[in-house]
Amino acid sequence: MAAASLTMGPILFHWPEQQKRDFWFRIADEAPVDTVYLGEVVCSKRTPFFDHSLEAVAERLQRGGKRVIWSTLAEVVSKLDRKVIESFCGFDEVEANDVSALYFLKGRPHRIGQYLNVYNEETIRHLAGNGASHFCLPVELPLSTVSELARAARETNAGIEVQVFGKVSLALSARCYHARAHGRTKDNCLFVCENDPDGLDLKTHSGKPFLSVNGIQTLSEKYLNLSSEIAGLQAAGVSAFRLSPHSSDMVEIASAYRQLLDGAISAGELDARLDAVGVPAQRMNGFVHAQPGFAYVANRP
Amino acid sequence: MTGPESPRKPELVCPAGTPAALRTAVDAGADAIYCGLANETNARNFAGLNFSPESLAQSIAYAHQRNVHVLLAVNSFATAPRTQMWKDSVDVAARIGADAVIVADIGVAAYVAEKYPDMRLHLSVQAGASSPEAIRYYCEQFGVKRVVLPRILTVAEISAIHRQIPCEIEAFVFGNIGMMSEGRCSLTNYATGISTNMHGVCSPASAVQYVRRPDGSTSAELGPFDIDCYSADESTGYPTICKGRYTNVSRPDPYYAFEEPVTLNLSSLLPDLMNAGVTALKIEGRQRSRSYVQMVVSAFRRAVDDISAGRQPDLGGLAQLSEGGKETQGAFKTKKWR
Repeated sequence: MAAASLTMGPILFHWPEQQKRDFWFRIADEAPVDTVYLGEVVCSKRTPFFDHSLEAVAERLQRGGKRVIWSTLAEVVSKLDRKVIESFCGFDEVEANDVSALYFLKGRPHRIGQYLNVYNEETIRHLAGNGASHFCLPVELPLSTVSELARAARETNAGIEVQVFGKVSLALSARCYHARAHGRTKDNCLFVCENDPDGLDLKTHSGKPFLSVNGIQTLSEKYLNLSSEIAGLQAAGVSAFRLSPHSSDMVEIASAYRQLLDGAISAGELDARLDAVGVPAQRMNGFVHAQPGFAYVANRP
Repeated sequence: MTGPESPRKPELVCPAGTPAALRTAVDAGADAIYCGLANETNARNFAGLNFSPESLAQSIAYAHQRNVHVLLAVNSFATAPRTQMWKDSVDVAARIGADAVIVADIGVAAYVAEKYPDMRLHLSVQAGASSPEAIRYYCEQFGVKRVVLPRILTVAEISAIHRQIPCEIEAFVFGNIGMMSEGRCSLTNYATGISTNMHGVCSPASAVQYVRRPDGSTSAELGPFDIDCYSADESTGYPTICKGRYTNVSRPDPYYAFEEPVTLNLSSLLPDLMNAGVTALKIEGRQRSRSYVQMVVSAFRRAVDDISAGRQPDLGGLAQLSEGGKETQGAFKTKKWR
């Protein structure tokens, strides 16, 4: 089995430029991750805020030994979205999150992101035939599906990646729910999403935490933590494990997952370290067990 | 399928969840019917709904005798290790002579293109192809002849897309409107363990409960989550996650965080859609009753005929069929909806 790779996914939230810069600089210098994904995945309106930092951030990450992949927008509606997609597809290493990007990338090596619907081996074969060399799978897949896809990926020498930490994306929309929560629309949002570094949580009538809003994206309110499932995923052929950035100490979280992958700590010890840095205690792992996504299935190996 | 019709008179594509509904829609003036097999390979996989291969073959015969096309939706996402089920559905469509298959999944599209290169391929709304580039990709790779556009675009945007793609456009004009981009929503799976993409079900009835609260209110629950709560004098709705009421830190009173329960009704935009280059107008509602199908289809039949003949259409009757009586033009009229 090849050494498992640990990755840092794109920042999903609209953090201020300085916070994003500091985050990536610190990841570059301190986090034991092999690959990082840069780029705005959720809302093209946010892209100008970070454009002039991208180069410096990418350089610093590469100097820190990280492989930098450019992750595209997940939904393409407006002219600006289309422009942003096209310009991102000009980078060397790109992760496609919408079929719009495949139009530009086909015929040269690229990655497939978790927002593209890859559910079966035929899809893997088709995309690999057009140059896809690495697949980050949709979050809702059960282990039985992941295993089959990993098998198909192996036949084409492609890598398979699965998100193991962070809130998970459950839906995209054309409407901005952050703007809506503040009585605005997407066009005059005034970037209210900036107020919520980990998303705007929604509760049900009875006060049950449920979902989390991030612009046009709806996330789980709970944090995914697959510490107890990583060994099984590795055995199934998953080659890379993605952490999704939050405002908690991602360097410490990355270190803990790295040690877990290396067999230096147990899943229980990792969970305790998540507790220690203040990751909310109610966590989820249901999807991979073919249970409701929000569920937590006790699975201590 | 556009045949000899002028672009000014679009095809009316109507839903059928049962053979009886199919005959009703044919008799009410549909140009084409779309339907699915009774399994997880289509996006309206509800109990008691949809067709066996035999009943589909009979229904196709009924439609073809009346010059109406039948399109088979195989538009959920083929999920390994069950991929063969989707291929089998495509094989059924080919064997019994469906006029087109409607697919969303890249793997299923690749299977159709390779095994049945002459079969007419439509790209389902579930594929979420919302840009000219995405649509062109499907056309080039799989020979897609028509795209069903996601319900997230304005009429102006549809018109612009029309000029930049090599295939026909089908657009929704009436019925239930989900708030999330089609094919990109795992909310139901998050709450219930049943997936819209993998099992073809949104808000499955098996996970729905109505619970009477001590104060007389009724909470509508999906899985363990109360999606909405209705006071004694409100009528209760079906718990669909994107139409529920929730609170957030600055809004202590439950609000429709995504959308209110409304019905998409674009009847007043029909002329604009026709001018935008839309080839086919689609009515949602495979889960609906025969009488609903009869009323909606005949109303739109008259409207399309009236507009094509330069007459003023009358669509007053459609409002009463809307969910909770509330209507919306969704994304289609203005960007302010977003």
